This record gives sequence, C-alpha cells and structure tokens, in this order.
Amino acid sequence: MYYKTKGYKTFTVFNYALLTLICLSCVLPLIHILAVSFSASAPANSNLVGLWPIGFNFEAYEKTLNNPNFHNALLVGLQRTVLGTIIGMLLITLAGYALSKDSGHFKSRPIYMWYFLFTMLFSGGIVPSYMLIRELHLMNTMWALVLPVAINVFNMVLLMNFFRAVPKELEEASLIDGAGHFRTLISIYLPVSMPAIATISLFTMVMHWNSWFDGLLYISDYRKYPLSTFLQTVIVQQDFNKINPDINELKNISQRTVKSAQIFIGTLPILLVYPFLQRYFVKGIILGAVKE
Amino acid sequence: MDNVARAQLQDNVVAAKKRKREKEKLSRTWPLHLMLLPAAIVTFIFAYMPMGGLVMAFQDFKPYDGIFGSKFVGLKHFEFMFQYPDSKEVIWNTLVISSLKIVFGLIVPFVFAILLNEVRKMAFKRTIQTLVYLPHFISWVILGAILTDMLSSKGIVNSTLNSLGIQSIPWLADGNWFRFTVVVSDIWQNFGFNTIVFLASLAGVNPALYEAAEVDGANRWKQTLHITVPAMIPIAVVVGTLSLGNILNGGFDQIFNLYNTLVYDKGDIIDTFVYRTAILNGQYSFGTAVGLFKSAIGLVLIVISYRMAYKFAGYRIF
Repeated sequence: MYYKTKGYKTFTVFNYALLTLICLSCVLPLIHILAVSFSASAPANSNLVGLWPIGFNFEAYEKTLNNPNFHNALLVGLQRTVLGTIIGMLLITLAGYALSKDSGHFKSRPIYMWYFLFTMLFSGGIVPSYMLIRELHLMNTMWALVLPVAINVFNMVLLMNFFRAVPKELEEASLIDGAGHFRTLISIYLPVSMPAIATISLFTMVMHWNSWFDGLLYISDYRKYPLSTFLQTVIVQQDFNKINPDINELKNISQRTVKSAQIFIGTLPILLVYPFLQRYFVKGIILGAVKE
Repeated sequence: MDNVARAQLQDNVVAAKKRKREKEKLSRTWPLHLMLLPAAIVTFIFAYMPMGGLVMAFQDFKPYDGIFGSKFVGLKHFEFMFQYPDSKEVIWNTLVISSLKIVFGLIVPFVFAILLNEVRKMAFKRTIQTLVYLPHFISWVILGAILTDMLSSKGIVNSTLNSLGIQSIPWLADGNWFRFTVVVSDIWQNFGFNTIVFLASLAGVNPALYEAAEVDGANRWKQTLHITVPAMIPIAVVVGTLSLGNILNGGFDQIFNLYNTLVYDKGDIIDTFVYRTAILNGQYSFGTAVGLFKSAIGLVLIVISYRMAYKFAGYRIF
C-alpha cells in the first residue's frame, strides 16, 4: 500500500507539521489577546506577554465590566441580536415555506423568486440606504439595525431547499386532514426541519452580533451603539470624541489589557455558539445546496 | 327505508361537498401570498426603494430639497469621477486587491484540501477543520483590533522578527506592505471555510479509482495528480468564475478596520472612498454615482460569470 512507502511516511510527517502550524496560526492570535487581557498592565504595555499571562489578574475585566458605556453597548448588542434573529427567522421561514411549493401549484412563485434574488445581484448602495433611513425617521432606533437586514435571501433559499426536501406525502396527508398551509408549516415542516432552522438561526445570530457598520451609519448617539460598533469606535478608530469619556475612563480605555479584555468579551458569544454552529454548518450547507 | 336512503344520500352529498372543499383548500394559494407578504414588503422598502434613490447620482442632491426637489445635472458626477485622480486610484486599488484575493483565495483552499485529504487520522483531521473555520466567523472589528495590536511596530510579530535579527516590517503603515497584509489576512480568515466545498467534492470520489490506480502501480503523487486534482477542478472552475462578480469588492469591512491615512494611496478602495466622500464629507450625489458605477459593473459581471459557470461546468444556481 502507498502509505507504507518511505517517501509517503516522510511526506506525512511534514504534512502533519504543516497542518498543525496553519491551524495554530488560526487560534494563537486569540490566545495571545486572552493572555494579554489577564496580565498586569506593565508587562502588557511593554509587549512582554506571549501566550501566557504575566502577573495574572482580573483587573482588566473588572474595569471593562464596570464601564457603564461598555455595559450599555453589550446590552444593545444582545438586544439587537435577539430581536434581529427573531424577526429575520420569522420572515424568512414564512417566505421560504411559500417558495418551496412548486410552480405548478403556486403559479406566482417564479415572480417572487426573481423579486428576491434580484436584490442579491444589485443594490442601491450605502448613500440611498442612508437617506432612506433618514427619511423614514429610523435614525438612532433599533429598527434601523434590524429591518434592513431582516431578509437574508441566501438564508431564505437555503431554508427553501430544506423545505423542498421534506417528502411531499407529509404535506399532502396534512392538507387532506384539513390543515391549511399555516398549520402544515407549524405542525409538519418546522418539527422536521429543526436542524436547518437551528443552523440558520445561529448564522443569523452571528451576523447580527458581528455587524458594526450599520451602527456607525445609522446611529449617532453612542449610548445606542451595539457592542461591535462601540468596539470599532473605541478600539479600532480610537475616536473618543463621540463617547465623551471622563479622564478615568479614558485612562482605562487606552490600556492594552483593557482593550484586550474588551476584544475578548466581544468574541466570547461567537466562541460559545461555535461548537454548535460548526457541527451543523458543513452538513447544512451541503444539504441546502442540493437541488432537484 | 325511504328515510334511510335519504339520509344516505344526504351523507353522500355532504361527503362530496367536504371533498370538494378539501380539494379547493389544496389548490388555493392565498395563504402562500400572505406568507410572502411581510418579506416582500420589507424587501420593497429596504432593497427596492434605495434603488430608486439612485437618481441622486444624476442630481445635485441636497438633503434639504430631497430627492424630488433637487436639481438634475445629468452625467456631471460620472464625468467628474473619471477626471478626479483620487477616484481612478481607488478603482485601480480595488482591482489589484480583489484580484489578488480571488487568485490566492482559490489556490490556498485547493492545496489545503489536498493536504487535508492525505490525513488518515480522523480525529486529527476533524480538529484541524474545526479550528481553521473559526476566523471566518469573527468580525473584522475584532480581527482588525487583534491584527493592529499584533502587527504594530512594537507588536508581537515585529518583536519576534527583531529577536531573530530581522528588521521591523511596517505591515500596516506602508502602502505595498498594507496590500500584502490585507491579502494574506483575508485568505487567512477564509481559506478554511472555502475548503469545505473542495472537501465535499473529494468525498464524492469513488475509492475504487484509487485502488485501481494502486494496482496499476501509480504512487500517491500520481494518484493525487490524476484522481484527486481532476475531481476538484469542476468546483474550482465554478468558484473561480463566480468570484469574478466580486472583482469590485475589495472587502470594505476589512480595509476600513485596518487602514489609516498613511496607506490611502495604495489601500483605499471604492467602498471606503464612497463612505468617506458621501457620508463623512456630505458629497451625497458624487458618492451615489461612484456606488452606482460599482453596482452596475458588478451586476454585469455577475450575470456574465453565472453564464460562464453554466457553460464551463454545467453549474446552475437557480
């Protein structure tokens, strides 16, 4: 067999080493940030910390969690994620179900499909969208963060493909027993597509948690910033004018350990859902991509 | 007797009526329209109305006058765009950065999938896969903050280089190095996730092919060259052609979180430029014109690339 040859064995050693290195490159940056966040400020500021904290302490996390602005942003971020996921999932589940009916029965299906798909191909761009939100008086509201991204056409098509994979006999039996389309969706389709719904909900949650630009664009009052936008302003742009921090807070914000703690807290929700996410997404993407 | 017959007849009539109702219920579509209504309304407001707002590109838009009150100026902003050196530079930067991303973003996952395919220990393979997918799910705010920290003049990367006797590298402060950093970090973020489709195509390869090659005396390198690689070529063609539609997307999230005034000449892309000129400086119409130029070319490229993907690989999305 080929894998018993000497040449292949040498290759295997190199291959494993290379893959391990590549893999480490994906996790070490996070571990470095984590180590810095748990270190004392002096070694952190003079860049002595590698992958293990020096002078282990929780000071940076205490300072971060005691910062009312950070608190606020964390709360808005969570609110946005929950509200956005609920509204988005509700809309795309209903639409995905209707679009899963074949055109023979549901004649207007192609029209709806193109209506939604066209928005994937072409968009008005940021300036008209910004003007629209202004005209609708949605500036500085949660709706500006939730509604424009509520219909994710890609997710809707994924869900539609899942629904199409549900055996037709189930639907027919349910309709003949006197259930309407709404009842069929709730009692038949949702229970059998739970893994798909869970996967797409997780995708939506991650998308909302990570979104930062719409906050920057549509919200001018920093107290209404979601966490991603807050971190973008304070850590990446270091634009403190918007936040008006007091001297004490300013001193904390610019500390490297506090920055790292904020970055890590911002990543934490993703790390928490990641094991569930990755268990499903490979299967989900491949299943959802199968068409008849 | 008569009564029984009448009752039976009535039952039959009722049953027939019921069946008819059920049949109507099966064929009626208004609940489906109703289900689509909320999504259709939200899409209309937040996707189609901004498309209508694109007329701003042909006006001298003033927020005070609104879309209906602003003066039409024809193609003034488009002419300005092609004369203004900054916008030409920005289009060029976008093309350079995105083509590098597309080319290497295809090669790296391709090679990575081959290497991963050679791993026989399933636990190791699964661990690697789990960890390399991770950066894809972390936002550029976080990644930008981490990279700026690590790549700064005194950051961990440069201090490691220094300790090896190599001079510090201005990763984010010099135009050419900035492009390099942007391309590498984009590939770093996404290569794992993009490997999924290649691994999926490899999962479909019949093991008998390898066995037959083995019997014929082909070594593993030959097997890779003649079985593994050809199995991935069709999907690589699809991914490559489809990414053509992205050639004017330099990656706003990434650039915006990494760039600074030092590297505008080499690192500023269409989207960041539009944001600065339109939203921050209030040149709404000019920004809309640049954005429209980008979306229109993007639309044409997407249509072409889908046609090509269909022609070359028989791939169809819809």
